[in-house]
Amino acid sequence: MEKLFKIKFAGDKAISVEFKNEISEETNNYVAALRNLIEDSKTIGIEECIPTYRALTICYNPIELTYEKLEEKINELMGDIESFSNTESKVYVIPVYYGGEFGPDIENVAKQNNLTKKEVVKIHTGVDYRIYMLGFTPGFPYLGGMDETISTPRLVKPRIKVNAGSVGIAGSQTGIYPIDSPGGWQIIGRTPVKLFDIDNEEPVLLNAGNYIRFKSIDYKTYERILKEVNSNTFNIEIKKTTKRGE
Amino acid sequence: MASIKVINPGMYTTIQDLGRTGYQEYGVTVSGSMDQFAHRIANLLVGNNQNEALLEMTIMGGSFIFNSDTFISITGADMKPMLNNSIRLDLWRTIKIQKGDIITFGAAKNGCRSYLSIAGGFELPTIMNSKSTYVRGKFGGFKGRALKKDDEILLNNDICNEEELSGRFIDLKTVPKYNNKVNIRVILGPQDDEFSEEGIFDFLNNPYKVSSEFDRMGYRLEGTEIKHLKTADIISDGIVKGAIQIPGKGQPIIMLADCQTTGGYTKIAHVISSDLWKIAQLKPNDEISFIKVDIKNAHEILKEQEEIINKIIKGFDKQRLKVEKNLKIAINNKTFIVKVNEISETY
Repeated sequence: MEKLFKIKFAGDKAISVEFKNEISEETNNYVAALRNLIEDSKTIGIEECIPTYRALTICYNPIELTYEKLEEKINELMGDIESFSNTESKVYVIPVYYGGEFGPDIENVAKQNNLTKKEVVKIHTGVDYRIYMLGFTPGFPYLGGMDETISTPRLVKPRIKVNAGSVGIAGSQTGIYPIDSPGGWQIIGRTPVKLFDIDNEEPVLLNAGNYIRFKSIDYKTYERILKEVNSNTFNIEIKKTTKRGE
Repeated sequence: MASIKVINPGMYTTIQDLGRTGYQEYGVTVSGSMDQFAHRIANLLVGNNQNEALLEMTIMGGSFIFNSDTFISITGADMKPMLNNSIRLDLWRTIKIQKGDIITFGAAKNGCRSYLSIAGGFELPTIMNSKSTYVRGKFGGFKGRALKKDDEILLNNDICNEEELSGRFIDLKTVPKYNNKVNIRVILGPQDDEFSEEGIFDFLNNPYKVSSEFDRMGYRLEGTEIKHLKTADIISDGIVKGAIQIPGKGQPIIMLADCQTTGGYTKIAHVISSDLWKIAQLKPNDEISFIKVDIKNAHEILKEQEEIINKIIKGFDKQRLKVEKNLKIAINNKTFIVKVNEISETY
């Protein structure tokens, strides 16, 4: 039987614990579970983790924790992993105003897939998207699980500036821009929720290993939420879920 | 309030501490000084915490005016700093500054990055545990950007202990030398198994030149193409500084302080942490030879480097420079000005 994981070097201050070489919720669950086990273990010398699709990068201080001790610790924690890899996760409900000025490419997406705008919104809001990892820019979620019937290639000419909060499609991926940045995604809507806000005590809203559900809102609701976000009174709706990715 | 004002920012000057740790899992870049050895020494000299924020200058330094008395130190690349356009300042020692003094830096002679620390550090907001500037993210440091002319940065109003700080210096033996041909020690992995034997051999047996694309995010190198077994792409995983990515064209990129936290190219190896400062001091056309070490070696080297820093800290109490004397000496009717720095062992 193939071993569940491999420990590899990422320099002299980090290791990479690799799981099966695939993008799947099952494999990503192991990454999330090991990250949580490490956090709970409060091991002296482990500084931080970077969870990704199928690997967990663990940064450590070799002066406080030798490589041998770290390896031992990982093997010990992996012994408990099965009972933790399907623990409860969250579903963040992200309100989105679709189309119009905020979603200039929704017509494109509809046309290319022989759908109406309404159908695009229905399909896009119809599933929970797995947050496999955060990266690329602060707070950017790599989401999985989009219905192929709305997949659309990137724009031929990327935009110089895409506003923070923009929700887009690129191929079979969907995502949200946390900060203003250049980009070539097909923009179908915008959320008033801030995914990255340095003025907030916890600057990043989302956590890898959880889920996102988009919810269609009208312009009035968009404005109301935006006001709440700006006055720090907005509370994001979070649903609990269990037993994912089986 | 105490402050310094930017008369000329230089080519690219940012405020950096040792980095923003703890937020990589949210996609937040670590940042921090590129040459952390020079950074730590600069702070130690002026009695700061090693992590305190300071100025990192690149290739061409700036010019700054101080509006209060303090102590500073300059480490890293020698950019020929001048005090009030008249006195050439030495690196790797403390310098007493009086209100109104102007320090002007030129171009780096050897090396690439110079560090200016000020006793007490900067009065700047801490964002996610750090004062480091992350220019791409537009946050940290001074207004989330590189310094500009007329910026005025507040200093912590610490009263510095003159007796404690004056005459502190680093022994010439411990001052690093910045060469344009360097040996860089690496640990193979995590994707060394994605390369052919020939690919690994070429990586370890050929010199690589620093290209013109070299910034705080990473250094692109040029040299013998490194061949993959199948593909250069992997399912994106974490990136830490020192990672050596090999994209499809087979030319290495060394990821540095401002690198993204995740990426999808194969990483053949990582530069050991103790050698990262050497890369920070390289400029385009400088040459790197990679040498393989194992994890045990790397950790021994790291401990040796920490020991050097510990020795430096202890050394402050043993040796001091007395006030510099400038003597005029006439030999064969020619007049020479001789700087005399007398070391006193009485401390």
